[in-house]
Amino acid sequence: MSRSTTDTPTSYEREPEGAHPPLDHPGYKSTRLRHPRQPLIRLPQTVTEITGPQLGPARLLGPHDADLTRQHEGEPIGERIIVGGRVLDTEGKPLRDTLVEVWQANAAGRYRHRSDRWPAPLDPGFSGAGRCLTDDAGRFRFTTIKPGAYPWGNHHNAWRPAHIHFSLLGRAFAQRLVTQMYFPGDPLFAYDPIFNSVRDPAARERMICRFSIHDSRPDWAPAYGWDIVLRGPGATPFEAAL
Amino acid sequence: MIFATTPSQTVGPYFAIGLPWEAGPHAVPPGTPGAIRIAGVVCDGAGQPVPDNLIETWQADPAGRFADLHGHGGPSALEGFRGFARSGFEVGDGSWGIVTVKPGAVPGPGGAAQAPHIAVSVFARGLLHRCVTRIYFADEEAANAADPVLASVPADRRATLLAQPTDDGYRFDIRLQGPGETVFFAV
Ligand SMILES: [Fe+2]
Repeated sequence: MSRSTTDTPTSYEREPEGAHPPLDHPGYKSTRLRHPRQPLIRLPQTVTEITGPQLGPARLLGPHDADLTRQHEGEPIGERIIVGGRVLDTEGKPLRDTLVEVWQANAAGRYRHRSDRWPAPLDPGFSGAGRCLTDDAGRFRFTTIKPGAYPWGNHHNAWRPAHIHFSLLGRAFAQRLVTQMYFPGDPLFAYDPIFNSVRDPAARERMICRFSIHDSRPDWAPAYGWDIVLRGPGATPFEAAL
Repeated sequence: MIFATTPSQTVGPYFAIGLPWEAGPHAVPPGTPGAIRIAGVVCDGAGQPVPDNLIETWQADPAGRFADLHGHGGPSALEGFRGFARSGFEVGDGSWGIVTVKPGAVPGPGGAAQAPHIAVSVFARGLLHRCVTRIYFADEEAANAADPVLASVPADRRATLLAQPTDDGYRFDIRLQGPGETVFFAV
């Protein structure tokens, strides 16, 4: 409980238009019947929105939570990689002790999920889910297998670029983020409506990790670095009016 | 601002391998006095259930305190109170549900009290960004009438934010699009 001091903002900056993809994105067919048509109503940021859960104790279940290659008796097939980085806010402040959850396909592009039935093999050595808490510098680190591309039914010959799903709790309800991390130079970027739902090319770049020779471990695994940036503090202590 | 935020992407159809966990839907430990179930169905614009929905909730305890360790609104004195629940087991019929306690009133804009409410994030395949809504309680008429957030919602849409009493708690359906579309907020 030594960290129960007031160290989180009392408001969060409103994000600019286009910071996130639009909910209505015709190229991604599943958005058609699922996007709200009514305009969003501006919510004042009250104590409900500037607080948030600490899920570490509830969610960190075992010693290999952050090493997806050691969750089974046998080793998974594929390219072992290290994925690490920091969770920061827009002011560059690291978010420590915040939960990072990941899930992904195996090296063949198959998820261990009952709805994923495409003819690529499951891997008995790989579940594809992991969790960790950031350290005092906001760092997280996973060891995993590089996921494969996989087909989906959105359009003819549709393939998702290789990606790892990330879930970030941040430290407040207002900072909650679910996103996907992509790998550099993927030839499928040009064809993927989910990746391209982010219209600003510079913002799309922020979803792509970079290869890091520095963090690669000799004779063991190449490393990819990726920093995740969550909303930073707002200008006003409390939004006094609606 | 030094950095720009990382954009949101959909949870996709396979989040169930990574996000739900057994105790996830329980914002309070089993056996907590006064525990209630809040449940409902998530529907799309054609009125069809959304089976791959992931719902998260965040709320105060009955005393209006949050299980937050960073100095705002907390900590809660209720034994084992987490205040956060995650429902995402893909039952197949679009249903969602959590077990919790009814929250108390908490401070709002300008010092006015807010009616008891629960913050909700809705995720699903086809949602490129979460949709945020709030659960209020239909049997809190007086508090609801004075609530500044409800007052900001057009009167004919407020009912979409009201959970209705049931035998074991409340029912709260979420309609993503179309007639009776749930009110969603920009946080
Ligand atoms: Fe995926």
